[in-house]
Amino acid sequence: MSAAAPETLRVGMDLVSVEEVAESVDHFGDRYVARLFTPHEIETCRTDDAAACGRDAYAVDSLAARFAAKEAVVKVLRPIEMQPDWRSIEIHRMTGGWCEIRLSGQAAELAAEAGIGELTVSLSHEASVAGAVVVGRCTQRERGV
Amino acid sequence: MTVDETIRQVLAEHGRLAVSVDALSDDTDLFGAGMTSHASVNVMLALEDAFDFEFSEKMLKKSTFESIGAIRTGVLEMTGG
Repeated sequence: MSAAAPETLRVGMDLVSVEEVAESVDHFGDRYVARLFTPHEIETCRTDDAAACGRDAYAVDSLAARFAAKEAVVKVLRPIEMQPDWRSIEIHRMTGGWCEIRLSGQAAELAAEAGIGELTVSLSHEASVAGAVVVGRCTQRERGV
Repeated sequence: MTVDETIRQVLAEHGRLAVSVDALSDDTDLFGAGMTSHASVNVMLALEDAFDFEFSEKMLKKSTFESIGAIRTGVLEMTGG
């Protein structure tokens, strides 16, 4: 009888400048948002002003926190070459206000390869900086360095 | 403006590098020179605007944007140059 693989934890964290995200939204508009964020994330971060454009159309601090979370997930997944599509990592806001991570496509494949069955995230943002910490529970032997 | 000049202009405007673009060689590691993942997204979008194409999914990997030489290879592949 073989022993169960030992569980390990992986942690990723990232900080993002809110102003840099705001400048990107101003410069590239919806194309920037659509390349990085899922429809759910976009809906979650849209402001109530339907006529607004550029940074005024989005809660840019929330977008920045979500990008930080995506980057933190990438750090947990530890891709060697393939960079998963940013939209294959969704920061899903639950009705109660907390967020969960939902993976699809390339990100889900990387998680499966690493034996990562569970990811949790914590987001935070202030006026200038947004950050996220992600913890993944891994049940597969670590790759060699 | 040549391909290399356009790439360097995009990097100067969007790369948020810690060093001058003039100090970069063809194979300088741009991430080592201070370009963040978020800045690399801006570089990608600005390159698409400058050369009028959209990077294919298979090109969206860190190595495509790791140096001026790597970016040139990607741009030429996408533009058929």
